[in-house]
This record gives sequence, C-alpha cells and structure tokens, in this order.
Amino acid sequence: MIRALRQRRVAATLLFLAFALLPIIAAAAGDPYLVIVATRILAFAIAALALDLILGYGGMVSFGHAAYLGIGAYSVAILSGAGVTDLGAHLAAAVVAGALFALLTGAISLRTRGIYFIMITLAFAQMAYFFFVSLSAYGGDDGVTLAARSTVLGRDWLRDDRVLYYTALALLVGLYLLCVAITGSRFGRVLTGTRENPVRMEAVGFTPFRYQLTAFVISGAMTAVAGVMLANQASYVSPAFMNWHRSGELVVMVVLGGIGNLLGAIAGATLALLLEEWLAVLTDHWPLIFGTLLILVVMFSRDGLTGLFRGRRG
Amino acid sequence: MTSLFLLQLLNGVQLGILLFLIAAGLTLVFGIMDFVNLAHGVIYMVGAYLVVSLSAWTGSYGWGLLLVLPATLLIGLLAEALIFRRLYDRPHLDQVLATFGLVMIVTELVEIIWGTSPLLVTAPDALSGSIPLMGPLRYPVFRLVVIGAGLLTAVGLWLVITRTRIGMRLRAGASNRAMVAALGVDIGRLFTVIFAFGAMLAGFAGALVAPILSVDPGMGESVLILAFVVIVIGGIGSVKGAFAGALLVGLVDTLGRSFGPIVLRSVMEPSAAAQTGRVLAPMLVYLLMAAILAARPQGLFGARP
Amino acid sequence: MTLTRTTFAVLASATCLAGPAAAQDDDKLTIGVLLTLSGPGAALGEMARNGFQLAAEEIGDFGGIPTEIIVVDDEQKPDVAANKARELVERDGADIVVGPIFSNIAGAIVQPVTEGDAILISPNAGPSNLAGTDCNKAFFATSYQNDQMHEVMGAHAQAQGFQNVFLLAPNYQAGQDSLAGFKNSYEGGVAGEIFTQLGQLDYSAELAQIAAMQPDAVFAFMPGGMGVNLVRQYRQAGLEGIPFLSAFTVDESTLPAQADAALGFFGGSNWAPDLDTPENAAFVQAYEAAYDQVPAVYAMQAYDAAHLIDGAVKQAGGTDRDALIAALEDAPFTSVRGDFSFGPNHFPIQDFYLTKVVQREDGKFATSIVEKIFEDYQDTYAADCQMN
Repeated sequence: MIRALRQRRVAATLLFLAFALLPIIAAAAGDPYLVIVATRILAFAIAALALDLILGYGGMVSFGHAAYLGIGAYSVAILSGAGVTDLGAHLAAAVVAGALFALLTGAISLRTRGIYFIMITLAFAQMAYFFFVSLSAYGGDDGVTLAARSTVLGRDWLRDDRVLYYTALALLVGLYLLCVAITGSRFGRVLTGTRENPVRMEAVGFTPFRYQLTAFVISGAMTAVAGVMLANQASYVSPAFMNWHRSGELVVMVVLGGIGNLLGAIAGATLALLLEEWLAVLTDHWPLIFGTLLILVVMFSRDGLTGLFRGRRG
Repeated sequence: MTSLFLLQLLNGVQLGILLFLIAAGLTLVFGIMDFVNLAHGVIYMVGAYLVVSLSAWTGSYGWGLLLVLPATLLIGLLAEALIFRRLYDRPHLDQVLATFGLVMIVTELVEIIWGTSPLLVTAPDALSGSIPLMGPLRYPVFRLVVIGAGLLTAVGLWLVITRTRIGMRLRAGASNRAMVAALGVDIGRLFTVIFAFGAMLAGFAGALVAPILSVDPGMGESVLILAFVVIVIGGIGSVKGAFAGALLVGLVDTLGRSFGPIVLRSVMEPSAAAQTGRVLAPMLVYLLMAAILAARPQGLFGARP
Repeated sequence: MTLTRTTFAVLASATCLAGPAAAQDDDKLTIGVLLTLSGPGAALGEMARNGFQLAAEEIGDFGGIPTEIIVVDDEQKPDVAANKARELVERDGADIVVGPIFSNIAGAIVQPVTEGDAILISPNAGPSNLAGTDCNKAFFATSYQNDQMHEVMGAHAQAQGFQNVFLLAPNYQAGQDSLAGFKNSYEGGVAGEIFTQLGQLDYSAELAQIAAMQPDAVFAFMPGGMGVNLVRQYRQAGLEGIPFLSAFTVDESTLPAQADAALGFFGGSNWAPDLDTPENAAFVQAYEAAYDQVPAVYAMQAYDAAHLIDGAVKQAGGTDRDALIAALEDAPFTSVRGDFSFGPNHFPIQDFYLTKVVQREDGKFATSIVEKIFEDYQDTYAADCQMN
C-alpha cells in the first residue's frame, strides 16, 4: 500500500513534469499547435479526474458528467455576455453552479443503485442538454462564440496560448493534490468503504448517503472547472459540450486509464485524446482502430492501462 | 377534439410498441445476464441495413425481413463467441468500455459498406397505403403491421418465459446464477442462446421499422438511449416491465407533445406557454424517468433493490 | 471513394510533403477543407468534399501556384472543429480554409481561422450573425444566408394565396430561424406552429394534427434523417393532397431514401441540377460520372468555392492575404449558377428558385426548377454589416 502510494507519487511527478516541459519542447520542435491540443487534454484530464473521484472511490458511475462541463462552459459564456470577464468570477460561478446542480440531482440519484444510477444521471444530463438547446438567448443549439478569453486581474494574459496552458496545468495539479488529500483522509476511507460494503459502513455508524452526496458535489464542481478551461480553449460554447456521447467518452477515459488511482484518469484522458488526434491523421476510419483498441484493453487488462504497466494485481 | 385525442392515444400506443420491440432484446440480455450492452443499438441498425440489401437482393421486403432473422442471429452468436463471452464476469464498467468500442467499430463498418446517406426500403404496396379512420383522419396500414408484430413479440416472449423449459431456466438464471449452474444447467450455453436471441430481436426491430424510419448511421444511437430509458422505467429484466415502460414512454411523449401546450395555455399566457412547452417537450421522457426512479428506485416492475 | 488526409494531399499537390510546421510562403497555396465527414451529418460533408475534389482535379494548381489540399473531419462537434481549424491554420499553414457544413460549427471556427491570418470560405453554412453584425472581412460564403431558402418558400406561399399554412421545424436555433424566415415573406394565417424534438423519429402526433386541421399547405424544415422520416410518414398518412413546402428537407442528399414518397414536394433553393447554364450541365455530368450520385447544393457550392479560389489566386497573383480578399470580393469566376456576385457582407447576391421533386428519365430522383422567385436577391442582414 505504502509502496503503491510512493510509486504513484513518482509517476505523478514525472507526468506533471512532462506536461510542464511540453510548451518548451513544442517551441523547440517548431510546433506551437501542440500547446493547443495539450490544453484541451488538460481540460478533459480535470474532468476525468473529477469523475474518477466518485467512480473509482465511491463506486458511483455517473453517465451524465458532460452536463457539468457544459455548466462550466456556459458560466463563462453567460458572465462574459454580461460583461464580467474575470477568470476568478468564472471559476467561482462554475463551481457554485456545478455544485448546486450536483446537490440537487445527486440527492435524487443516490436513492438508486448500479445501472439505475447510471441511467438517472444520464436523464438529468439530458434535461440540462435540452434546456441549453432551447436557450435562444445564448444561441440555442448554435452556441455562442466568446469574444475573448477570460481575463485575470483585468489583463488579457490568457490570450497567450502558453499562459492558458499553464493556468490549466496549475488547476489540474492543484485539483489532483486536492483529490489525493480527499482520498487519503478519513472522508475518503469512508467513501471507499461505502463502495465496498455500504451495510457495514452503516452498521458502524456512518450514513453512506451523506458521504456519497458530498463526493458527488465535489466532483460536479471540479468538472465545471474543466468546463471553464474548455470554453476558454475553444473560445466557443455550445450544448454539444454536454451531449451524452461526451459523458460516455469521459467514462471511457477513466476506465481506459484505470479506475480508482486518480493518475489513471489523467493518463486515460491524455491517451484517448492523443489517439484520436493521431489516428484521425492516419486514416478516415480511425474509429475502427480506436474501437478495437478499447476492446483489446478490456480483454487483456483488468485495470485499464495502468494495470498493464503494473501487471496483474493479486 | 375527442377524435383527435383518440388518434393521438393510438399514436402513443404505437410509439410505445415500437420502443418495446427495440427494448425487448435489451432487457433480456441486461436483466438475465446482468450485462450492459451498449451495442444493442448498432445491431438494430445492422438489422435495418441488412433488410435494405436483402430486400433488394430478393426483390421483396417480406423475404428480406425473414432473412434478417437468421443473419442477425448469426451475428449475435459470432459476437458472443468472440467478445462478450469473456466479459460476463466483469464489472459493468468493462462491459460499457468494450461495447462502446464495438459501437465505434460497427458504425464505421456500416459507413464503409453502405455509405453515410440515408437508404430506402419500401413496404409491399398492399401495406403502404392508409385507411380512413374518422373524418379527414387516416391511419397508415404499415403502422398497424408494426403494432401487430410488437404485440405478437410481446405475447411470444411471455409464452417462452412462463411456459417453456428454457424460459424456466432463464428465470432461474436471472435470480440465482450459481444455483442453476450447480443444478447442472450449462449456463454458458444458456447465455449464448439468450444473447443471440436478443441480437435477433434487435435486428428484427430494425428491419421492421426500416420502411417508416430513415436508415442511416445515426439510427442506432438515437434509439439506444430511449430503449435504456424504457427498460429502466419498467424495471430491469422484466419483460412485463419493458412493455409497460414502453407504453408509458410512448404515451407520455406523444400526448405531452400534442396536448402539453394546450394545457399550459390554460395556466399562462400563450407566448409563454409556447416557449415553456418547447423547452419541456424534449425533457418529458427524462422527467418521467427521474420521477419514477425517485419514487421507486428499482423501476416499476423491478424486483431487486 | 474515400481519400485519406494524406493521400488526398499527395494527389492534389504536385510538389511537396508538408512538414509539421510548414511556414506560409508565397510560392505555395495551402487550402484546408474542414467538413463533417463522420456522424449523422456526414452525407452532406461528403457531397461537399466530392464537389471540391472534382473542381480541384479540373483545376490542378490553383491560380497556377503549387497547391496542397488538406481534408479534415470536424465530426460535427464544435470544439473538435475549433481545434482542427487552428491546426490547419497554425500547423499546416493554410492560407484558406473551406468549411463548414453546419452553422453551429461556423460559429466555432470563424475566430480561429480569421484571427490566424487565414481566410474562411463557407460552402454551405450562412448564419445570420456572420451576415450581419458579426460580418468579417476574411469570411466569404459561396452558399446563401440561411433565412433566404425559407423566405423563398414564404414568398411562394404568399403568391399562391395560401391563407392557412401549418409550420413544422425542429426545436433548435436553425429551426426557429427557419420559421421566422418563412414568416418574413408570408403574410397569411398560420394554422399551427410546432417545434419538434431534435432527431425525432416518429411524426404521427404532428401528422394527426395536420390531418385534423386540413391547412392550405404545410411548410417544413427537417434536414437530414428527420426529413426522410417526415416525408415518408407524410405520404403513408395519406396527406399528399396537402401541398408540402420545405427547405433543406427534400434534396439530392435525402432523395435516394425518400424516393417516390417525395415526388411533387416543393423546396426553395439557389440551384437545382437542371439549372440551365453550360457550366452547370458540365458540372452535373462530371459529378455523376465520378461519384454515381446526383449532386445536391452542398456539392455545387463547394465546387463553386474551388473555382472562386482559383480565380482569386490568379487575380491576386499570389497568396498575400489582403490581395486575396480584394480579389475574392470581385468573385472572378463563372459560377455554375450563372449570375453571381458578393454583397458588402461577402454573402452572394443571386437568384432563388422554387424547386419540385421529379423522377428523371434514368430513374433517379432530383429536384427540378419550377420558377424563379427572387432575382439578384440579397439577404436582409447585409444592412447591419459594418466591415472593418
């Protein structure tokens, strides 16, 4: 256990170091476009990390997490439209809105278990999706183009792709450390306990519902942060961000990387998006290869990709 | 107004039966094998594409429809042997991931083989007209065929499950897999049969709706979510539940769409009512599901907590 | 026939393989083609790609300059499209990007392309904001402004003296714009107005309401698979006695699946395969020979876009952006539509027609021109355009 944690710390340091060096490598290779791709990867990594917190540790398979991406993205669009362009305000609004939506829907969803939970989270996400599709004031289905990226202290520093990238990276590292702290705390152990054996946790005096709901709300708020970064990266917001396909892709990222160790989610998001990018260049029929890879990973590794590297757990 | 209401009621029932046809195979695989099969929608799509090609080849929609049954059964057997068999004892998440991959592969293959443009298959002339109902209202004959086929499927499934030996094993397998295996039933073979049968039902549904719906690469995805909604509302694994859930979804969707704005207009001003109706209509089905699950977390007919 | 990104690039360019960071240089033209080539909307994107490719093969080197063409798929996802657009401009050094098909993608790629010092030419999407308040000197459309097709049908309904028209569109932005466009030029009564769910499968509830009301005509905007479902179910419900007016609902991309169910249904368009110009006859013949399908407007507009670029590069004598924009404004090419010029907002001023679905002698279904509705018609948003 201790060894595994130390290994993870080393792996995390290496991974984040690689991310930190990327813009320099990109500049050296004369390919600044890499930074743009990588910013998108970071945004999705934040979302995957948030999903792993409830999926990997709490056993809650949310099939509606794209809704929070959308809520975060629309926080940027709506506030910017009203003249508030500060990144801090955008993040605060996204976190509050995401947490509220998670509190409301989580309180109802957590009455259900297993596949029913998957479906009810999907239902709420679909409602959010159709709500924004009907929202004419913000372009409905067409979405809205952001006039500019969020500002920091009234300056447009984020205009520079590299500044945006490092901001996203800082958020990812910060949220990763937060998740490590959460999962290592008593709260995290109770949460894991509710996944393993809810009856026993109840018997020893914990109410699983409260722990699960708290985790669900934290995860929703974190995913909304990812939405803020995604909106800034694309300079564009539309209901397509919260399509159920996106929710499925987020689950795929987490499972692909290996659930329940936080780092796997980040690796999964990175790999899934890089593969999509590379395979699309290779062939128009990239879904064939991507789909085959997914099936092979499931068949030959029980813990996603991190499982492949670690070998089989006893 | 009354006659329109009756007609909309019929339309609601018909949409419900259509959804039941699609959901029946899914609820079997899902409920009895406890297997999350996202690929159900693409098998439905393959059924529709096959009926287009087979009808063109045999020159008749009827023969095409008949040939789709063994074809999709075979596809089900093949997929089961190659992939699904290895995933039965895996967590739901692994199944989601693998079948998500299969969805990507099959959709791409369909686009490569049949192209991306919508395709056409026409029902026989005798079935493609409409019959007068009351006043100017008419009803398409083929819709009656779909309703008939859906009801036959429902009755047939019910007979198989409650009256035959294999049905007995199915029910036993659903409630206690280990026990049935201990009694000497070959669970592996049972699952193979259920899976292939579920695939055939999906293919049949696709082939049957091909003359009224657009046959295109997006068709599987658009019904998959609805089919899941139906079986979750009804309670997973219950064919009776799937039937009730499908009818409920069909009725709520159809009646809500056509009469919701009228009801809203009686409580608010017309423009606000139109706007609210427009926002609410696509959410209705999901509101229904959330409400039912909030009250009964196991669905209407679900047994397990 | 499907060409991958790389093979097409090799095929179209006589010269070089682009490295990852091809800098913009004057002796080479790079055109990025960004279309929806997968997902439910792929049929339209493929038609546009075919049309562009056909023209590219005729042209060879655009404006006599070695040309590289890079085709990419936006997957019909706005955020993916925004990335691909930036990739085309910043990594591949595209001078011109041709795309997209869908209006919601246009909103996502305008900034990345035009702020990245390239020019965006839309072979289809023509959202109102880009025609009006948000018009952009580096954005051109070879298509139409979205409202215009609907206005054509409104004017037709008005001319026919219809008093009671039933309106039907999916509940999203383009659907709401569509009905607004129709009502711009139609002053008669509205029997009913229904917004259906996006991607709806079954229209029996709506068709029952139409049957009960017996309106003078139905106007529908149901693109793609929704149109296939609606048209077939309309016919099956025995409603063909009520005139069916539409836009983007019966065209050559959906007709193979609608076939005789759509016979006699009306549409509004800026073109039809039987439009009588020599260039059009040659285009339609070459297209059908190469791709074994009847082209729809998407193919035609992309074909025109290629010839427009060819003419503009020739006139500008190179790939300098400002010179190219000035040359594009003159529209130095012969459109298959005949008369073609750009308004001050870089949207076409062109003729619009009422079209009707017919079965050709070879058994294929196509739209056919019935009459000209508008001559040299400009969109209503041009007045709001302040080009900087």
